[in-house]
Amino acid sequence: MPYLGPEDIYLSTSLASYLDRKLLVLLRDSRKLMGTLRSFDQFANAVLEGACERVIVGDLYCDIPLGLYVIRGENVVLIGELDLEREELPPRMTRVSVAEIRRAQKAEREATDLKGTMRKRMEFLDLD
Amino acid sequence: MPKKPRTPSTTQFSDQILIATKPRKLHLLLVRRIIVLFFSYFKDLVGREVTVELKNDLAIRGTLHSVDQYLNIKLENTRVVDQDKYPHMLSVRNCFIRGSVVRYVQLPPDGVDIELLHDATRREARGG
Repeated sequence: MPYLGPEDIYLSTSLASYLDRKLLVLLRDSRKLMGTLRSFDQFANAVLEGACERVIVGDLYCDIPLGLYVIRGENVVLIGELDLEREELPPRMTRVSVAEIRRAQKAEREATDLKGTMRKRMEFLDLD
Repeated sequence: MPKKPRTPSTTQFSDQILIATKPRKLHLLLVRRIIVLFFSYFKDLVGREVTVELKNDLAIRGTLHSVDQYLNIKLENTRVVDQDKYPHMLSVRNCFIRGSVVRYVQLPPDGVDIELLHDATRREARGG
């Protein structure tokens, strides 16, 4: 690479500063994983220890434990360092069980599907 | 099975293929140089306040900490533009954003020396 000098090593966005820290990883399928970063590479592949998926539906949330995860870098959107001194979530949110959050997810999915079909019916009528 | 002899017609065809792929290779080289140009440009912007809009519509404002050859971005002191829509990002203060998911990087209006960028781009395109 012709324009990189020896000082550029300090500028590289290495994930090394995030090692052994609790992180929030956003994935392309909009899943939110939380865990401790144990390993990474140049493709942003990552190994998360003690990973859990935080599912948020409206004001309800649930942490589903997953264990040791290896994430392929192409699916990573963002890796955020969680500030332990701040609240992770707004106080209005309530924690619920896995079964309940699954029900809430299903209800939300059905609501968006219904909106989709209603819109398609309106488009078919071609009101404007 | 005996090998097909290299008749004049087959060699002509393979020469045509070679000619057809050459412009594409040059195009890729040019793209590479433009990416390096942007990398150098972002390096000069380190320390400035930027807003990164991602392909999943999440917009994050923060101080540009570092950038690398893949245009991965590390932001410090981050806050999400529409905080209520993304409650999980509440306690994230530093983050690493994979270059492949960035849609826009919104810059301060005085952060761009347009003429300098124009000249550099013209130079790159010319191959100088």
